Amino acid sequence: MTVTEDEPGRKDGDGTNGTPGPGDPYVPSARRIERERHRRARARRATLIAALSTLVTGAALYLVVVNAPGWPRTKETFLDAHYAREAFPKVLEGLWLNVRLLLVCGAAVLVLGMLIAVARTLRGPAFFPLRVLAAAYTDFFRGLPLIIILMIVVLGVPALRLQGVTVDPVLLGGTALTLTYSAYVAEVFRAGIESVHPSQRAAARSLGLTGRQALRYVVLPQAVRRQVPPLLNDLVSLQKDTGLVSIGGAVDAVRAADIIVGRSLNYTPYIVAGLVFVALTIPMTRFTDWVTARMDRRRAQGGAL
Amino acid sequence: MSDVPVLRMESVRKTFGGAVVLRDVGLEVAPHTVTALIGASGSGKSTLLRCANLLEEIDDGAIWLDGEEITDPRADQDAVRRRIGVVFQAYNLFPHMTVVENITLAPRRVHGVPRAEAEERARELLERLGLAARAGEYPDRLSGGQQQRVAIARALAVRPRLLLLDEITAALDPELVGEVLTVVRALKDEGMTMVLATHEMGFAREIADQVCFLDAGVVLERGTAEQVFGDPRQDRTRRFLRRVTGAPRLGRA
Repeated sequence: MTVTEDEPGRKDGDGTNGTPGPGDPYVPSARRIERERHRRARARRATLIAALSTLVTGAALYLVVVNAPGWPRTKETFLDAHYAREAFPKVLEGLWLNVRLLLVCGAAVLVLGMLIAVARTLRGPAFFPLRVLAAAYTDFFRGLPLIIILMIVVLGVPALRLQGVTVDPVLLGGTALTLTYSAYVAEVFRAGIESVHPSQRAAARSLGLTGRQALRYVVLPQAVRRQVPPLLNDLVSLQKDTGLVSIGGAVDAVRAADIIVGRSLNYTPYIVAGLVFVALTIPMTRFTDWVTARMDRRRAQGGAL
Repeated sequence: MSDVPVLRMESVRKTFGGAVVLRDVGLEVAPHTVTALIGASGSGKSTLLRCANLLEEIDDGAIWLDGEEITDPRADQDAVRRRIGVVFQAYNLFPHMTVVENITLAPRRVHGVPRAEAEERARELLERLGLAARAGEYPDRLSGGQQQRVAIARALAVRPRLLLLDEITAALDPELVGEVLTVVRALKDEGMTMVLATHEMGFAREIADQVCFLDAGVVLERGTAEQVFGDPRQDRTRRFLRRVTGAPRLGRA
Protein backbone atom coordinates (compact mmCIF):
# COMPACT_ATOMS: atom_id res chain seq x y z
CA MET A 1 0.00 0.00 0.00
CA THR A 2 1.43 3.37 -0.85
CA VAL A 3 -0.11 6.56 0.36
CA THR A 4 1.87 9.76 0.42
CA GLU A 5 2.98 10.81 3.88
CA ASP A 6 1.21 13.84 5.29
CA GLU A 7 3.54 16.48 6.50
CA PRO A 8 2.73 17.26 10.11
CA GLY A 9 1.11 20.60 10.76
CA ARG A 10 -0.63 20.62 7.45
CA LYS A 11 -4.00 21.19 9.05
CA ASP A 12 -5.14 24.61 10.23
CA GLY A 13 -5.28 25.43 13.88
CA ASP A 14 -1.87 24.28 15.00
CA GLY A 15 -1.01 27.75 16.20
CA THR A 16 1.38 28.72 13.44
CA ASN A 17 -1.14 30.68 11.41
CA GLY A 18 -1.18 34.42 11.79
CA THR A 19 2.05 34.65 13.74
CA PRO A 20 4.53 36.43 11.52
CA GLY A 21 7.78 34.64 10.89
CA PRO A 22 11.16 36.32 11.18
CA GLY A 23 11.17 37.18 7.52
CA ASP A 24 7.75 38.86 7.60
CA PRO A 25 8.23 42.60 6.93
CA TYR A 26 4.79 43.51 8.34
CA VAL A 27 4.42 46.96 9.89
CA PRO A 28 1.06 47.90 11.48
CA SER A 29 -0.86 50.32 9.31
CA ALA A 30 -1.99 53.73 10.51
CA ARG A 31 -5.53 52.36 10.41
CA ARG A 32 -4.69 49.55 12.82
CA ILE A 33 -2.84 51.93 15.19
CA GLU A 34 -5.78 54.32 15.21
CA ARG A 35 -8.22 51.45 15.94
CA GLU A 36 -6.13 50.19 18.81
CA ARG A 37 -5.86 53.66 20.30
CA HIS A 38 -9.63 53.96 20.17
CA ARG A 39 -10.09 50.55 21.85
CA ARG A 40 -7.71 51.52 24.66
CA ALA A 41 -9.55 54.77 25.29
CA ARG A 42 -12.86 52.89 25.37
CA ALA A 43 -11.46 50.37 27.89
CA ARG A 44 -10.20 53.17 30.16
CA ARG A 45 -13.59 54.83 30.10
CA ALA A 46 -15.35 51.53 30.95
CA THR A 47 -13.07 50.95 33.96
CA LEU A 48 -13.74 54.45 35.25
CA ILE A 49 -17.51 54.01 34.98
CA ALA A 50 -17.38 50.65 36.75
CA ALA A 51 -15.35 52.10 39.64
CA LEU A 52 -17.67 55.08 40.05
CA SER A 53 -20.82 52.99 39.92
CA THR A 54 -19.42 50.56 42.51
CA LEU A 55 -18.53 53.42 44.83
CA VAL A 56 -21.99 54.98 44.58
CA THR A 57 -23.81 51.67 45.13
CA GLY A 58 -21.62 50.82 48.11
CA ALA A 59 -22.13 54.22 49.70
CA ALA A 60 -25.90 54.01 49.23
CA LEU A 61 -26.09 50.56 50.83
CA TYR A 62 -23.90 51.69 53.72
CA LEU A 63 -26.09 54.74 54.39
CA VAL A 64 -29.30 52.71 54.30
CA VAL A 65 -27.99 50.13 56.77
CA VAL A 66 -26.33 52.60 59.13
CA ASN A 67 -29.37 54.86 59.26
CA ALA A 68 -31.78 51.99 59.97
CA PRO A 69 -33.52 52.50 63.33
CA GLY A 70 -32.25 49.19 64.76
CA TRP A 71 -28.68 49.53 63.50
CA PRO A 72 -26.86 50.26 66.85
CA ARG A 73 -28.56 47.27 68.47
CA THR A 74 -27.92 44.99 65.49
CA LYS A 75 -24.31 46.05 65.31
CA GLU A 76 -23.84 45.15 68.96
CA THR A 77 -25.44 41.68 68.60
CA PHE A 78 -23.99 40.60 65.26
CA LEU A 79 -20.76 42.50 64.79
CA ASP A 80 -19.03 42.61 68.15
CA ALA A 81 -15.25 42.60 67.80
CA HIS A 82 -14.68 41.12 71.25
CA TYR A 83 -16.83 38.05 70.57
CA ALA A 84 -15.42 37.74 67.08
CA ARG A 85 -11.94 37.47 68.54
CA GLU A 86 -13.11 34.92 71.08
CA ALA A 87 -14.98 32.81 68.51
CA PHE A 88 -12.44 32.78 65.69
CA PRO A 89 -9.96 30.18 67.07
CA LYS A 90 -12.75 27.87 68.23
CA VAL A 91 -14.54 28.09 64.90
CA LEU A 92 -11.33 27.35 63.05
CA GLU A 93 -10.77 24.31 65.26
CA GLY A 94 -14.29 23.14 64.44
CA LEU A 95 -13.71 23.77 60.76
CA TRP A 96 -11.06 21.05 60.69
CA LEU A 97 -13.88 18.58 61.29
CA ASN A 98 -15.80 20.03 58.32
CA VAL A 99 -12.76 19.67 56.12
CA ARG A 100 -12.23 16.05 57.12
CA LEU A 101 -15.92 15.31 56.58
CA LEU A 102 -15.71 16.88 53.14
CA LEU A 103 -12.74 14.74 52.13
CA VAL A 104 -14.15 11.44 53.38
CA CYS A 105 -17.75 12.05 52.28
CA GLY A 106 -16.63 13.50 48.95
CA ALA A 107 -14.69 10.34 48.13
CA ALA A 108 -17.52 8.07 49.30
CA VAL A 109 -20.08 10.08 47.29
CA LEU A 110 -18.06 9.80 44.07
CA VAL A 111 -17.76 6.02 44.42
CA LEU A 112 -21.37 5.40 45.47
CA GLY A 113 -22.72 7.87 42.91
CA MET A 114 -20.83 6.15 40.11
CA LEU A 115 -22.07 2.70 41.18
CA ILE A 116 -25.68 3.89 41.25
CA ALA A 117 -25.36 5.63 37.88
CA VAL A 118 -23.87 2.52 36.26
CA ALA A 119 -26.54 0.34 37.88
CA ARG A 120 -29.21 2.53 36.28
CA THR A 121 -27.74 2.08 32.81
CA LEU A 122 -27.31 -1.71 32.94
CA ARG A 123 -29.35 -3.59 30.36
CA GLY A 124 -30.69 -7.10 30.62
CA PRO A 125 -33.34 -8.83 32.68
CA ALA A 126 -30.94 -10.02 35.37
CA PHE A 127 -30.25 -6.43 36.35
CA PHE A 128 -33.90 -5.44 36.62
CA PRO A 129 -34.01 -5.36 40.44
CA LEU A 130 -30.73 -3.43 40.55
CA ARG A 131 -32.06 -0.88 38.08
CA VAL A 132 -35.27 -0.39 40.02
CA LEU A 133 -33.40 -0.11 43.30
CA ALA A 134 -31.01 2.49 41.93
CA ALA A 135 -33.87 4.51 40.43
CA ALA A 136 -35.83 4.35 43.68
CA TYR A 137 -32.75 5.41 45.63
CA THR A 138 -32.16 8.54 43.56
CA ASP A 139 -35.84 9.48 43.59
CA PHE A 140 -36.08 9.06 47.34
CA PHE A 141 -32.90 10.74 48.48
CA ARG A 142 -33.15 13.64 46.05
CA GLY A 143 -36.67 14.35 47.22
CA LEU A 144 -36.04 14.14 50.97
CA PRO A 145 -34.73 17.35 52.58
CA LEU A 146 -31.20 16.88 53.85
CA ILE A 147 -32.09 18.15 57.31
CA ILE A 148 -34.71 15.41 57.69
CA ILE A 149 -32.29 12.66 56.61
CA LEU A 150 -29.80 14.01 59.10
CA MET A 151 -32.31 13.89 61.94
CA ILE A 152 -33.49 10.42 61.03
CA VAL A 153 -29.96 9.03 60.84
CA VAL A 154 -28.27 11.00 63.61
CA LEU A 155 -31.11 10.81 66.12
CA GLY A 156 -33.06 7.78 64.92
CA VAL A 157 -30.24 5.24 64.59
CA PRO A 158 -28.95 5.67 68.18
CA ALA A 159 -32.53 5.39 69.42
CA LEU A 160 -32.66 1.83 68.02
CA ARG A 161 -29.87 0.89 70.47
CA LEU A 162 -28.49 -1.67 68.04
CA GLN A 163 -25.50 -3.67 69.23
CA GLY A 164 -22.28 -2.71 67.49
CA VAL A 165 -23.78 0.21 65.56
CA THR A 166 -22.10 3.52 66.15
CA VAL A 167 -23.82 6.41 67.90
CA ASP A 168 -21.06 8.86 66.96
CA PRO A 169 -22.79 11.94 65.53
CA VAL A 170 -19.88 12.61 63.19
CA LEU A 171 -20.02 9.16 61.59
CA LEU A 172 -23.80 9.18 61.41
CA GLY A 173 -23.90 12.74 60.09
CA GLY A 174 -21.32 11.84 57.47
CA THR A 175 -23.43 8.82 56.48
CA ALA A 176 -26.50 11.02 56.05
CA LEU A 177 -24.56 13.48 53.88
CA THR A 178 -23.18 10.63 51.77
CA LEU A 179 -26.64 9.12 51.28
CA THR A 180 -28.11 12.37 49.99
CA TYR A 181 -25.22 13.57 47.89
CA SER A 182 -24.72 10.17 46.26
CA ALA A 183 -28.19 10.53 44.78
CA TYR A 184 -27.31 13.91 43.26
CA VAL A 185 -23.93 12.81 42.00
CA ALA A 186 -25.42 9.62 40.52
CA GLU A 187 -27.70 11.78 38.39
CA VAL A 188 -24.76 13.90 37.28
CA PHE A 189 -22.88 10.77 36.21
CA ARG A 190 -25.95 9.33 34.52
CA ALA A 191 -26.47 12.53 32.53
CA GLY A 192 -22.81 12.25 31.50
CA ILE A 193 -23.20 8.64 30.39
CA GLU A 194 -26.28 9.48 28.36
CA SER A 195 -24.57 12.46 26.75
CA VAL A 196 -22.04 10.18 25.05
CA HIS A 197 -23.34 9.62 21.54
CA PRO A 198 -24.63 6.07 20.82
CA SER A 199 -22.29 5.89 17.82
CA GLN A 200 -19.37 5.73 20.25
CA ARG A 201 -20.79 2.61 21.82
CA ALA A 202 -21.55 1.20 18.36
CA ALA A 203 -17.94 1.78 17.32
CA ALA A 204 -16.68 0.04 20.45
CA ARG A 205 -19.03 -2.91 20.00
CA SER A 206 -18.11 -3.22 16.32
CA LEU A 207 -14.51 -3.74 17.42
CA GLY A 208 -15.63 -6.72 19.46
CA LEU A 209 -15.62 -5.06 22.88
CA THR A 210 -18.26 -6.43 25.22
CA GLY A 211 -20.92 -4.09 26.59
CA ARG A 212 -19.01 -3.80 29.84
CA GLN A 213 -15.71 -3.05 28.09
CA ALA A 214 -17.41 -0.43 25.92
CA LEU A 215 -18.74 1.23 29.07
CA ARG A 216 -15.41 1.10 30.87
CA TYR A 217 -13.02 2.16 28.12
CA VAL A 218 -15.14 4.31 25.86
CA VAL A 219 -18.30 5.66 27.52
CA LEU A 220 -17.31 6.33 31.15
CA PRO A 221 -14.03 8.17 30.48
CA GLN A 222 -15.86 10.60 28.21
CA ALA A 223 -18.82 10.91 30.57
CA VAL A 224 -16.67 11.71 33.60
CA ARG A 225 -14.57 14.29 31.78
CA ARG A 226 -17.66 16.13 30.62
CA GLN A 227 -19.18 16.16 34.09
CA VAL A 228 -16.23 17.58 36.01
CA PRO A 229 -17.75 21.09 36.35
CA PRO A 230 -21.13 19.94 37.75
CA LEU A 231 -19.34 17.45 40.03
CA LEU A 232 -17.14 20.15 41.48
CA ASN A 233 -20.26 22.27 41.93
CA ASP A 234 -21.85 19.52 44.03
CA LEU A 235 -18.63 19.24 46.02
CA VAL A 236 -18.78 22.95 46.88
CA SER A 237 -22.34 22.42 48.02
CA LEU A 238 -21.32 19.40 50.11
CA GLN A 239 -18.54 21.42 51.70
CA LYS A 240 -20.97 23.92 53.17
CA ASP A 241 -23.57 21.31 54.08
CA THR A 242 -21.06 19.56 56.32
CA GLY A 243 -22.03 22.36 58.74
CA LEU A 244 -25.35 20.58 59.26
CA VAL A 245 -23.79 17.70 61.20
CA SER A 246 -23.82 20.13 64.13
CA ILE A 247 -27.47 19.24 64.72
CA GLY A 248 -26.35 15.91 66.15
CA GLY A 249 -23.98 17.64 68.54
CA ALA A 250 -20.71 17.11 66.64
CA VAL A 251 -18.44 20.08 67.33
CA ASP A 252 -17.78 21.49 63.89
CA ALA A 253 -17.40 25.19 63.01
CA VAL A 254 -21.13 25.88 63.32
CA ARG A 255 -21.49 24.06 66.63
CA ALA A 256 -18.38 25.84 68.01
CA ALA A 257 -20.05 29.15 67.22
CA ASP A 258 -23.32 27.87 68.68
CA ILE A 259 -21.66 27.13 72.03
CA ILE A 260 -20.38 30.68 72.40
CA VAL A 261 -23.72 32.13 71.27
CA GLY A 262 -25.52 30.08 73.89
CA ARG A 263 -23.28 31.42 76.60
CA SER A 264 -23.08 35.08 75.55
CA LEU A 265 -26.39 35.65 73.75
CA ASN A 266 -24.36 37.48 71.10
CA TYR A 267 -24.68 36.29 67.50
CA THR A 268 -21.28 37.45 66.24
CA PRO A 269 -19.80 33.89 66.29
CA TYR A 270 -22.36 32.83 63.64
CA ILE A 271 -21.13 35.61 61.35
CA VAL A 272 -17.56 34.43 61.97
CA ALA A 273 -18.47 30.82 61.15
CA GLY A 274 -20.32 31.96 58.03
CA LEU A 275 -17.35 33.97 56.79
CA VAL A 276 -15.00 31.07 57.42
CA PHE A 277 -17.19 28.79 55.28
CA VAL A 278 -17.28 31.36 52.52
CA ALA A 279 -13.51 31.67 52.70
CA LEU A 280 -13.27 27.91 52.29
CA THR A 281 -15.69 27.65 49.35
CA ILE A 282 -14.34 30.57 47.32
CA PRO A 283 -11.08 28.84 46.28
CA MET A 284 -13.10 25.75 45.43
CA THR A 285 -15.52 27.76 43.28
CA ARG A 286 -12.67 29.55 41.54
CA PHE A 287 -11.07 26.17 40.89
CA THR A 288 -14.33 24.92 39.35
CA ASP A 289 -14.48 27.99 37.10
CA TRP A 290 -10.88 27.46 36.09
CA VAL A 291 -11.42 23.80 35.20
CA THR A 292 -14.57 24.64 33.23
CA ALA A 293 -12.87 27.45 31.33
CA ARG A 294 -9.90 25.24 30.56
CA MET A 295 -12.17 22.50 29.20
CA ASP A 296 -14.10 25.00 27.08
CA ARG A 297 -10.85 26.34 25.73
CA ARG A 298 -9.57 22.90 24.84
CA ARG A 299 -12.83 22.06 23.16
CA ALA A 300 -12.75 25.32 21.19
CA GLN A 301 -9.24 24.50 20.05
CA GLY A 302 -10.39 21.08 19.01
CA GLY A 303 -8.34 19.32 21.65
CA ALA A 304 -9.16 16.11 23.42
CA LEU A 305 -12.10 16.23 25.72
CA MET B 1 -17.51 -20.52 -7.05
CA SER B 2 -16.64 -23.39 -4.82
CA ASP B 3 -15.54 -21.24 -1.88
CA VAL B 4 -17.89 -20.79 1.03
CA PRO B 5 -19.09 -17.16 0.90
CA VAL B 6 -17.59 -14.94 3.61
CA LEU B 7 -20.96 -13.31 4.08
CA ARG B 8 -24.33 -14.68 3.08
CA MET B 9 -27.72 -13.14 3.75
CA GLU B 10 -31.04 -14.80 3.05
CA SER B 11 -34.52 -13.27 3.22
CA VAL B 12 -33.37 -10.66 5.71
CA ARG B 13 -36.14 -8.41 7.01
CA LYS B 14 -35.66 -5.42 9.26
CA THR B 15 -38.25 -2.86 10.37
CA PHE B 16 -38.00 0.17 12.59
CA GLY B 17 -41.34 0.78 14.25
CA GLY B 18 -43.73 0.59 11.30
CA ALA B 19 -41.15 1.36 8.62
CA VAL B 20 -39.91 -1.61 6.61
CA VAL B 21 -36.28 -0.85 5.75
CA LEU B 22 -35.17 -4.27 4.53
CA ARG B 23 -38.02 -6.32 3.07
CA ASP B 24 -36.35 -9.42 1.70
CA VAL B 25 -32.63 -9.11 1.19
CA GLY B 26 -30.36 -11.81 -0.16
CA LEU B 27 -26.64 -11.34 -0.63
CA GLU B 28 -23.52 -13.41 -1.17
CA VAL B 29 -19.98 -12.12 -0.79
CA ALA B 30 -17.19 -14.40 -2.03
CA PRO B 31 -13.75 -14.32 -0.39
CA HIS B 32 -11.35 -11.61 -1.61
CA THR B 33 -14.06 -9.75 -3.50
CA VAL B 34 -15.49 -6.28 -3.17
CA THR B 35 -19.24 -5.74 -3.13
CA ALA B 36 -20.67 -2.26 -3.59
CA LEU B 37 -24.13 -1.43 -2.30
CA ILE B 38 -25.74 1.43 -4.19
CA GLY B 39 -29.17 2.97 -3.95
CA ALA B 40 -30.97 6.12 -2.92
CA SER B 41 -30.69 7.57 0.57
CA GLY B 42 -32.88 5.54 2.88
CA SER B 43 -32.82 2.47 0.65
CA GLY B 44 -31.33 0.43 3.50
CA LYS B 45 -27.62 0.26 2.63
CA SER B 46 -26.43 1.31 6.07
CA THR B 47 -29.03 -0.81 7.81
CA LEU B 48 -27.87 -3.84 5.85
CA LEU B 49 -24.30 -3.29 7.04
CA ARG B 50 -25.39 -2.74 10.64
CA CYS B 51 -27.38 -5.96 10.52
CA ALA B 52 -24.39 -7.86 9.12
CA ASN B 53 -22.36 -6.71 12.11
CA LEU B 54 -25.20 -7.50 14.54
CA LEU B 55 -25.42 -3.87 15.60
CA GLU B 56 -29.08 -4.24 14.64
CA GLU B 57 -31.13 -7.35 15.30
CA ILE B 58 -32.94 -8.60 12.21
CA ASP B 59 -36.65 -9.44 12.30
CA ASP B 60 -36.52 -12.41 9.97
CA GLY B 61 -34.16 -14.33 7.69
CA ALA B 62 -30.62 -15.41 8.44
CA ILE B 63 -27.03 -14.25 8.03
CA TRP B 64 -23.95 -16.50 7.76
CA LEU B 65 -20.32 -15.56 8.29
CA ASP B 66 -17.93 -18.13 6.82
CA GLY B 67 -20.77 -20.62 6.67
CA GLU B 68 -21.70 -20.21 10.31
CA GLU B 69 -25.07 -18.71 11.15
CA ILE B 70 -24.51 -15.57 13.22
CA THR B 71 -28.14 -14.59 13.60
CA ASP B 72 -28.76 -17.67 15.74
CA PRO B 73 -29.61 -16.22 19.17
CA ARG B 74 -27.17 -18.74 20.68
CA ALA B 75 -24.24 -17.36 18.65
CA ASP B 76 -21.62 -15.38 20.54
CA GLN B 77 -22.21 -11.88 19.19
CA ASP B 78 -18.97 -10.43 20.52
CA ALA B 79 -17.02 -13.23 18.84
CA VAL B 80 -18.79 -12.50 15.54
CA ARG B 81 -18.03 -8.77 15.73
CA ARG B 82 -14.38 -9.55 16.41
CA ARG B 83 -14.15 -11.04 12.91
CA ILE B 84 -15.78 -8.08 11.16
CA GLY B 85 -14.28 -4.62 10.86
CA VAL B 86 -16.54 -1.60 10.40
CA VAL B 87 -15.71 1.90 9.21
CA PHE B 88 -18.45 4.45 9.78
CA GLN B 89 -19.50 7.51 7.81
CA ALA B 90 -18.78 9.81 10.79
CA TYR B 91 -15.48 8.01 11.65
CA ASN B 92 -16.64 7.46 15.28
CA LEU B 93 -13.11 7.67 16.61
CA PHE B 94 -12.82 7.80 20.39
CA PRO B 95 -12.12 11.48 21.11
CA HIS B 96 -10.48 10.88 24.50
CA MET B 97 -7.82 8.58 23.06
CA THR B 98 -4.83 9.33 20.86
CA VAL B 99 -4.60 7.83 17.41
CA VAL B 100 -2.49 4.94 18.68
CA GLU B 101 -4.78 4.32 21.63
CA ASN B 102 -7.77 4.22 19.27
CA ILE B 103 -6.07 1.58 17.17
CA THR B 104 -4.70 -0.57 20.00
CA LEU B 105 -7.84 -0.61 22.16
CA ALA B 106 -9.43 -3.68 20.60
CA PRO B 107 -6.22 -5.69 20.08
CA ARG B 108 -5.25 -5.13 23.70
CA ARG B 109 -8.60 -5.42 25.47
CA VAL B 110 -10.37 -7.91 23.23
CA HIS B 111 -7.57 -10.02 21.81
CA GLY B 112 -5.14 -9.74 24.71
CA VAL B 113 -2.22 -8.59 22.58
CA PRO B 114 0.55 -7.13 24.76
CA ARG B 115 0.80 -3.37 24.62
CA ALA B 116 4.19 -3.14 22.91
CA GLU B 117 3.17 -5.58 20.22
CA ALA B 118 -0.17 -3.86 19.63
CA GLU B 119 1.54 -0.49 19.34
CA GLU B 120 4.05 -1.81 16.88
CA ARG B 121 1.30 -3.19 14.69
CA ALA B 122 -0.54 0.16 14.98
CA ARG B 123 2.54 2.09 13.88
CA GLU B 124 2.99 -0.30 10.99
CA LEU B 125 -0.59 0.33 9.87
CA LEU B 126 -0.21 4.09 10.28
CA GLU B 127 2.96 3.99 8.26
CA ARG B 128 1.15 2.24 5.43
CA LEU B 129 -1.73 4.72 5.58
CA GLY B 130 0.65 7.69 5.53
CA LEU B 131 -0.13 8.76 9.09
CA ALA B 132 3.01 7.77 10.99
CA ALA B 133 3.60 11.32 12.23
CA ARG B 134 0.11 11.49 13.72
CA ALA B 135 0.34 8.55 16.13
CA GLY B 136 0.32 10.65 19.31
CA GLU B 137 -2.34 13.14 18.24
CA TYR B 138 -5.95 13.30 19.37
CA PRO B 139 -8.52 12.76 16.59
CA ASP B 140 -9.86 16.31 16.77
CA ARG B 141 -6.51 17.62 15.58
CA LEU B 142 -6.76 15.68 12.31
CA SER B 143 -8.53 16.51 9.07
CA GLY B 144 -11.57 14.46 8.10
CA GLY B 145 -9.61 12.38 5.62
CA GLN B 146 -6.93 11.63 8.21
CA GLN B 147 -9.56 10.69 10.79
CA GLN B 148 -11.21 8.33 8.35
CA ARG B 149 -7.87 6.68 7.57
CA VAL B 150 -7.28 6.24 11.31
CA ALA B 151 -10.72 4.65 11.53
CA ILE B 152 -9.71 2.23 8.77
CA ALA B 153 -6.49 1.42 10.62
CA ARG B 154 -8.51 0.81 13.79
CA ALA B 155 -10.76 -1.63 11.95
CA LEU B 156 -7.78 -3.40 10.35
CA ALA B 157 -5.83 -3.71 13.61
CA VAL B 158 -7.73 -6.85 14.61
CA ARG B 159 -7.14 -8.48 11.21
CA PRO B 160 -10.83 -8.85 10.33
CA ARG B 161 -12.16 -11.48 7.96
CA LEU B 162 -14.54 -8.96 6.43
CA LEU B 163 -14.52 -5.17 6.25
CA LEU B 164 -17.76 -3.20 6.12
CA LEU B 165 -17.46 0.38 4.87
CA ASP B 166 -20.50 2.56 5.45
CA GLU B 167 -20.45 5.65 3.22
CA ILE B 168 -16.95 6.35 4.39
CA THR B 169 -16.40 9.35 2.13
CA ALA B 170 -19.83 10.95 2.51
CA ALA B 171 -18.74 13.30 5.31
CA LEU B 172 -15.52 14.37 3.63
CA ASP B 173 -14.62 17.48 1.68
CA PRO B 174 -14.24 16.56 -2.01
CA GLU B 175 -10.48 17.19 -1.92
CA LEU B 176 -10.08 14.66 0.92
CA VAL B 177 -12.11 11.86 -0.69
CA GLY B 178 -9.21 10.74 -2.85
CA GLU B 179 -6.83 9.91 -0.01
CA VAL B 180 -9.42 7.61 1.58
CA LEU B 181 -10.33 5.87 -1.67
CA THR B 182 -6.63 5.24 -2.34
CA VAL B 183 -6.51 3.26 0.89
CA VAL B 184 -9.55 1.19 -0.10
CA ARG B 185 -7.99 0.44 -3.49
CA ALA B 186 -4.82 -0.75 -1.76
CA LEU B 187 -6.87 -3.01 0.51
CA LYS B 188 -8.54 -4.59 -2.50
CA ASP B 189 -5.15 -5.33 -4.01
CA GLU B 190 -4.23 -7.12 -0.78
CA GLY B 191 -7.27 -9.33 -1.14
CA MET B 192 -9.39 -7.93 1.68
CA THR B 193 -13.04 -8.96 1.46
CA MET B 194 -15.13 -5.80 1.61
CA VAL B 195 -18.73 -4.65 1.44
CA LEU B 196 -19.15 -0.94 0.91
CA ALA B 197 -22.19 1.25 0.84
CA THR B 198 -21.39 4.22 -1.35
CA HIS B 199 -22.61 7.20 -3.33
CA GLU B 200 -19.36 7.36 -5.29
CA MET B 201 -20.59 5.68 -8.45
CA GLY B 202 -17.32 6.11 -10.32
CA PHE B 203 -15.44 4.48 -7.51
CA ALA B 204 -17.95 1.64 -7.17
CA ARG B 205 -17.67 0.94 -10.85
CA GLU B 206 -13.90 0.88 -10.69
CA ILE B 207 -13.41 -1.24 -7.59
CA ALA B 208 -16.41 -3.53 -7.16
CA ASP B 209 -16.51 -7.14 -8.33
CA GLN B 210 -20.21 -7.18 -7.55
CA VAL B 211 -22.68 -4.31 -7.44
CA CYS B 212 -26.05 -4.54 -5.68
CA PHE B 213 -28.73 -1.96 -6.27
CA LEU B 214 -31.01 -1.63 -3.24
CA ASP B 215 -34.49 -0.31 -3.75
CA ALA B 216 -37.52 -0.40 -1.47
CA GLY B 217 -35.96 -2.93 0.87
CA VAL B 218 -34.82 -5.50 -1.70
CA VAL B 219 -31.74 -6.09 -3.84
CA LEU B 220 -33.44 -5.14 -7.06
CA GLU B 221 -30.49 -5.78 -9.28
CA ARG B 222 -27.18 -7.51 -8.82
CA GLY B 223 -24.32 -8.12 -11.18
CA THR B 224 -20.82 -7.18 -12.16
CA ALA B 225 -20.00 -3.50 -12.15
CA GLU B 226 -19.90 -3.52 -15.91
CA GLN B 227 -23.32 -5.06 -16.21
CA VAL B 228 -25.13 -2.95 -13.57
CA PHE B 229 -23.60 0.36 -14.63
CA GLY B 230 -23.25 -0.36 -18.35
CA ASP B 231 -26.44 -2.22 -19.10
CA PRO B 232 -28.89 -2.20 -16.18
CA ARG B 233 -31.73 -4.68 -16.61
CA GLN B 234 -34.20 -2.90 -14.36
CA ASP B 235 -35.94 0.31 -15.22
CA ARG B 236 -35.56 1.66 -11.68
CA THR B 237 -31.83 1.02 -11.71
CA ARG B 238 -31.51 2.91 -14.94
CA ARG B 239 -33.46 5.84 -13.57
CA PHE B 240 -31.43 5.90 -10.36
CA LEU B 241 -28.14 5.87 -12.24
CA ARG B 242 -29.27 8.59 -14.58
CA ARG B 243 -30.27 10.71 -11.59
CA VAL B 244 -26.98 10.35 -9.68
CA THR B 245 -24.61 10.50 -12.62
CA GLY B 246 -26.58 13.09 -14.58
CA ALA B 247 -26.24 15.70 -11.86
CA PRO B 248 -22.60 15.64 -10.77
CA ARG B 249 -21.91 17.32 -7.46
CA LEU B 250 -20.52 20.81 -7.65
CA GLY B 251 -16.80 21.06 -7.22
CA ARG B 252 -16.16 17.47 -8.25
CA ALA B 253 -13.94 17.02 -11.25
